[in-house]
Amino acid sequence: MARTRLIQAIHDGIVEEMARDPKVIVYGEDVELSIVGDLRGVHEQFGHDRIRNTPISETSLTGMAVGLAAAGYRVVVQMMFANFMYTGMDAIGNQMSKLRLMTGGQMELPITVIATIGGGSANAAQHSDTPYAMLMNLGGLKVAVPAAPADAKGLVKTAIRDPNPCFILEPNGRGGELGEVPDGEHLVPFGKAAVRRDGDDVTVVAIGRMLKPALGAAATLETEGVSAEVIDPRTLVPFDTGAVLASVAKTGHLVVVDEARETCSAASQIAAVVAEQGFDLLKGPIRRVTTPNVAIPYAPNAEAHVIPGEARITATVRELLGRSGRSEKVLA
Amino acid sequence: MTTGLDVTPAGSPPGAGPSAVEALRLYESMVLIRRVEERLRDDSAAGKLPGAVHLYIGEEAVAAGVCAHLGDRDYATSTHRGHGHFLAKGGDVRAMMAEIWAKREGICRGMGGSMHVADISKGILGANGIVGAGLSIATGAAFGAKLDGNGKVAVCFFGDGASNQGVLMETLNLSTLWQLPLVFVCENNGFSEFTPSDQVTAGRIADRARAFAMPAAEVDGNDVTDVWRTAGEAVRRAREGGGPSFIEARTYRIQGHFEAESFVLGTGRYRGEEEIETWRQRDPIARLRSGLVSAGTVGAADLDKIEAGVLDRVNGAVAFAEAGQPADPELAETLMFAPAAPAATGTEEA
Repeated sequence: MARTRLIQAIHDGIVEEMARDPKVIVYGEDVELSIVGDLRGVHEQFGHDRIRNTPISETSLTGMAVGLAAAGYRVVVQMMFANFMYTGMDAIGNQMSKLRLMTGGQMELPITVIATIGGGSANAAQHSDTPYAMLMNLGGLKVAVPAAPADAKGLVKTAIRDPNPCFILEPNGRGGELGEVPDGEHLVPFGKAAVRRDGDDVTVVAIGRMLKPALGAAATLETEGVSAEVIDPRTLVPFDTGAVLASVAKTGHLVVVDEARETCSAASQIAAVVAEQGFDLLKGPIRRVTTPNVAIPYAPNAEAHVIPGEARITATVRELLGRSGRSEKVLA
Repeated sequence: MTTGLDVTPAGSPPGAGPSAVEALRLYESMVLIRRVEERLRDDSAAGKLPGAVHLYIGEEAVAAGVCAHLGDRDYATSTHRGHGHFLAKGGDVRAMMAEIWAKREGICRGMGGSMHVADISKGILGANGIVGAGLSIATGAAFGAKLDGNGKVAVCFFGDGASNQGVLMETLNLSTLWQLPLVFVCENNGFSEFTPSDQVTAGRIADRARAFAMPAAEVDGNDVTDVWRTAGEAVRRAREGGGPSFIEARTYRIQGHFEAESFVLGTGRYRGEEEIETWRQRDPIARLRSGLVSAGTVGAADLDKIEAGVLDRVNGAVAFAEAGQPADPELAETLMFAPAAPAATGTEEA
């Protein structure tokens, strides 16, 4: 075990896979210097044929991944900020998510797209989105949202070996969380959630960067006699419905915390699935704690106002369980 | 005007045309495309095909002349008007026809249809319903070919309409920068869907490539010999590590944007009958035929024999498609993801 930053764990996972398989090719904007930080030193280690800088041409970066994968390579595309995926969306939405079906199963597309998601760094609206819902809706893409360094490494390694397009959406800013990462080969499967804290009174599903405030809220709630179970789904496609239903069967209450905008968020999908499959388990309404349908503002206080934080999660749980006499919903 | 494609290929005299054997292959390739497209035109009009078809009649010389230089290991991306590229690159006519008929025996098992015929085993990375999408896919395949380092090339077929997509600028830049084994083949057929090209396209398309110092040529896309010769130089350059080239083939779309377009056009018109007739007089198949016969390269009887053989193949393909089984609807639920390999050894956190 070694204490490692999330971004370093992703780096280590990529480096291990590059060493393991010479067909793994990495490209993106500024990957040689690794401005994002997850590829630092990789160019020096592997050279220009394995990792290279590209022009700022996102439409081509995603499309080239399809062609390079069709030519037999395992492609890792570093897209920097997830907002830049909007520019590269044709090949994501029309090509890599569809071509396996459209070719009758002829095409395998082992593509890993890495991008940072979320706010909290005063980067303003065009560098702070959490757009996994649009990827989830396409159907042909796997989507991982690691919150812990060990998962980040294990999921990126699994993604690179997967014969399908996988998105690794890492939290934006400052290298992410610090945590223990197992030594040696470490793989984390897609579709298996992790219970981060056991509890009996309410299930809190916290996606990606929302895990930390959710755990903070759970600690506060414990002092008030509320036992919250916190689940980290780790991947959104495939999604571990069974883990959430099993927890709701125990607690009877569900709160989903999602940094994405409320409408059609991952939280909306999770709420719908639990309502359909676990209605009889619920003792009260499902609550979503999300960013409202607004662009992320620049000013740090305004940003903190719209992005879910510990206080909103705590208040939502209190309200749901009838522990508070008044509504503490910060945002209607 | 200099074509920019002035590299003399080793072992053949500059400007040499196809040999008699090669010319017959080109003839057969073009006739196959023509007969297939005519049959699809008729079957579409008769309401036998479930979806729209975009036909390549009049443009056959481009696919045939370019693909004559390619093997199965080379890559090609195509357009929504892609039957010709599929066939010229060696795709199976029966499997393509069954695909267009939405049958289980189709090359894509009925999941892709006319606009998306692909045969990955033959390097046919697919016709594509998104205008310009093939540009970046071909660039990626060319990057793979370059990394392989064994002389493979990628060809991107696209239209004058796609030349107005920004991704052309991106891929011209990147392929030049990385010296990729890529041949851009712009089929300028005069129309962006229902709009004459000159209403939506400024300047000369090949000049867009010249801005990146890429070798670029404008050829008569209805002269298969001209296309064949120019494409041969471009493909050879790519194989030898000389980087990308650009060919603008000037041709003409005899059919509409898609069959049955009259239903959407109503009384609207975007071109006149005289214009179409003018281009019919420049038919690439008739031109090659008269050229070969008048030069005494082959006799008319030899060409008739090829035509008869092709017609049999096309009729056989249609019969195969008609007799095929309906597509398996449940495939749609199982084909989205390839099965992942079993997890490797090591710690696997549950």
